[in-house]
Amino acid sequence: MPKPFTPKVITANALLEGDVIYQTLTGWSRSLQDAEVLTDEAHADLRMIEAEAQADAVVGVYLADVIMDGDVPTPTHFREDFRATGPSNYAHGKQELRKQEHI
Amino acid sequence: MYHYTDFDDAFLKSRNAQFRAQVERRIDGSLTEDEFKPLRLMNGLYLQLHAYMLRVAIPYGTLNSSQMEKLAYIADKWDKGYGHFTTRQNIQYNWPELRDVPDMLDALAEVNMHAIQTSGNTIRNVTADHFAGAAADEVADPRPVAELIRQWSTDHPEFQFLPRKFKVAVSGASADRAVIKAHDIGLQIVRQGDDIGYRVIIGGGLGRTPMIGKVLYDFVSGEDLLPTLEAIVSVYNLLGRRDNKYKARIKITVHENGIEDIRARVDARYNLIRDQFTGVDQQMLARIEADFVRPTFLKGDEAPYHSAYQHDPLFRSWADTNLSDHRNPDYAIVSISLKAHGKTPGDATSRQMRLMAQLAKRYGHDELRISHEQNVILPHVHKGDLPSVYYALKAEGLGTANIGLISDIIACPGMDYCALATARSIPIAQEIATRFDELKLEHDVGPLKIKISGCINACGHHHVGHIGILGLDRAGVENYQITLGGDGTEDAAIGERAGPGFSATEIIPAVERLVLAYLDLRTEPSETFLQTYRRLGLAPFKAALYPETQAANAA
Ligand code: HEM
Ligand code: SF4
Repeated sequence: MPKPFTPKVITANALLEGDVIYQTLTGWSRSLQDAEVLTDEAHADLRMIEAEAQADAVVGVYLADVIMDGDVPTPTHFREDFRATGPSNYAHGKQELRKQEHI
Repeated sequence: MYHYTDFDDAFLKSRNAQFRAQVERRIDGSLTEDEFKPLRLMNGLYLQLHAYMLRVAIPYGTLNSSQMEKLAYIADKWDKGYGHFTTRQNIQYNWPELRDVPDMLDALAEVNMHAIQTSGNTIRNVTADHFAGAAADEVADPRPVAELIRQWSTDHPEFQFLPRKFKVAVSGASADRAVIKAHDIGLQIVRQGDDIGYRVIIGGGLGRTPMIGKVLYDFVSGEDLLPTLEAIVSVYNLLGRRDNKYKARIKITVHENGIEDIRARVDARYNLIRDQFTGVDQQMLARIEADFVRPTFLKGDEAPYHSAYQHDPLFRSWADTNLSDHRNPDYAIVSISLKAHGKTPGDATSRQMRLMAQLAKRYGHDELRISHEQNVILPHVHKGDLPSVYYALKAEGLGTANIGLISDIIACPGMDYCALATARSIPIAQEIATRFDELKLEHDVGPLKIKISGCINACGHHHVGHIGILGLDRAGVENYQITLGGDGTEDAAIGERAGPGFSATEIIPAVERLVLAYLDLRTEPSETFLQTYRRLGLAPFKAALYPETQAANAA
C-alpha cells in the first residue's frame, strides 16, 4: 500500500545569498511560516517541477516534511528546524533582524 | 616564509579571473548548478546549510601578519566579522554571498593566498607540524618539503581526478603533532647516521572506516622522495576504487591489497619513472629552503618573564599550559587558545585576528601558525616578551590557559553549518567546556583531548580523541556516541566504542562521569587519562558511563 502523503513544503537555498528559502504561493520567502503547504501529491509534483525550473535563482530544491501547528507549518525533523532558524552558536542568519524579503 | 614566484602569481590571477567569469555565467543563468558545482568546489566554495562557505587554504598552517590582517579584512568586509579555523589548517568563512566571492579571492591573492584544491578529488592542502621550525625536538623543518609537495601537486595534470581526495601531512619531529598516521600519506623526517630522509606512511584516514597508516618505507632519501610520492599516487590512481565512494580512499586500497602488494607496485612504478626526476626538484627545494631560514633570534632580558611568573598566578597558569619548548632556550612557542570556555572552538573575530597579527609583528618575527587543534601559534617569542604578549591576549579574550586540557576541544562545524551533518557538535563542545570550567577541575584532570564530529566523516577527528564524540541522527533525534582511548600522536590508535549513544542533554553528564571515574582510577596525578585507559581498558570507564546497566547486572 502506498504511504499516505503527509504535508510538505518546497525548500531550497537562494542562489545569490545561499540562504534557506521556501516556496510560497507567489514566489519564495526566507520564512517557513510563509511557505505554501502541500497536501496533495500530484500538486506537489507539479510545484516541484515549477521550482526546479527556476535554476537561475534557487539551488537544491527538495520537499521537506512539516506538521501543522494551527495554520503554521513546523518542521518534523531537527535538521529542518535548524535550517528554518539558523545556527545555534550565534544569532546569525535568520535570527538577525531582517525584514522579510522576497526574491 | 615562502614567497610566490611570478609563475605562482600569474597562475592565481588567471584562475581567479576564470572563476569570476564562471560566477557571472552562473548568475546570468548560462551555467546550471550541476555544471557550476564542480567549478565552485575546485575554488573552495561550498553551499552549506544556511549559506555559502569559502574555505581558504593556509599551506602547512603558516601565515605572516599581513596575511592574518587580510583574513580579518575579509571577515569584516564580506563575512560577519569572524572566521573559523579548522583541523585541516584552513580558515572557513561561513557567510559569503556568491557575488562577492571573486572579490574575496582577489583580496586573498594580494597576500599570496587562495582556496584552490581545498576540495575535489585532488591532492589537498599539505599540512605540517604547527611547531615547524621552532620545536626543540625537531630533526628538520617540515615546511620546505611540504611546499615542494604543494608545488608538485598543484595542477598536476595526472592527479586532478583521483579516485578520491588525497591528504598529505609532514612532521619533522619524533613527536607527531600533525596526525601523520591519519593521512593518505604521512611523512616523518628522520635522521639515519648523517643523512636526513623520510619515513613514508600510507593508508591512514578517519571517516567511515578509520585506519592507522602503515609504514611503506622506513627511509627514503631526499632525492627519491618526489619520485616515490609520484609512484604512490599513480599506483593509487590506477588501483583505487572508483565504483564506490566509500571504498575509494587509499586506506581501503591498502587494506584490500595489503601493504606488501602496494609496495611491490610502488617499487615497480618508481623504477619506471625515476629517470624523469633529474634533480630539478632538489634545486627547487634548495630555493624554497632559502625562504624558510630561521629568524635571527634576539638576545634579550628574561627578567620580565620570571617576575610575572612569580607574581601573577594567572600568567603562571597560562605559561604552564600554553607554552612549549623552543629550540632556542631564550625563546618559547606560544599557543593562543581559540577555545575560551563556552565559545565556538576555532572561531576568531576580526579584532582578535588583528591583535594576533600585531603581536606576531611586534614580538614574533612576523610568524603565525594555525594548528590542527584549531588554535593559533606564535612560534618564536622571546621569553622576556611573554608577559606583554599574555596581557594583550587576555584583554581580547585570547588568554585562556587550556591548551591540551579538557576544554581545548576540536569540534567540526556540525549541523550548525554543515550540510552533511547528522547532529550538532559546536553546542556540545561549548557545554562541556563551560561545565568543566564551573567544576574548576580541568587543571587537575590534566592532558585530555576531546574531539567531536557531527557525522561519520570525522572532520573533528573523533576517532583519535582520548574521548571521541560522534553526533548521529537516531530516529530523528540527535544522539552522541562515545569512543575511548583514541590517540592522534606517534602512538596513534583508533578509539573503541564505549556503548550506546547519549542524547544531547545526557552527553555532558556522561562525559563528567567518565572524567570523575578517571580521577578515582588514576594511580597518581601524573598518570594521564590515556595512560589510565591503556592500563585498565574499557571496563571501568564503561561502568561509569552506564551505571544503570551495572546496577541491573548486579541485581
Ligand atoms: C563544512 C563542510 C565540510 C564538508 C562538506 C566536509 C566533507 C568531508 C567528507 C565527505 C569527509 C569524508 C571523506 C572520506 O572519508 O572519504 C571529510 C573528512 C574530513 N574532513 Fe571534512 N568536511 C567539511 C568540513 C570540514 C572541516 C571544518 C574540517 C576541519 C575542522 C574538515 C576536515 C576533515 C578531516 C580531518 C577529515 C577526516 C580525515 C580524512 O580525510 O580521512 N572538514 N570531510
Ligand atoms: S564531520 Fe560531518 S558534520 Fe562535521 S564537518 Fe565533517 S562532514 Fe560536516
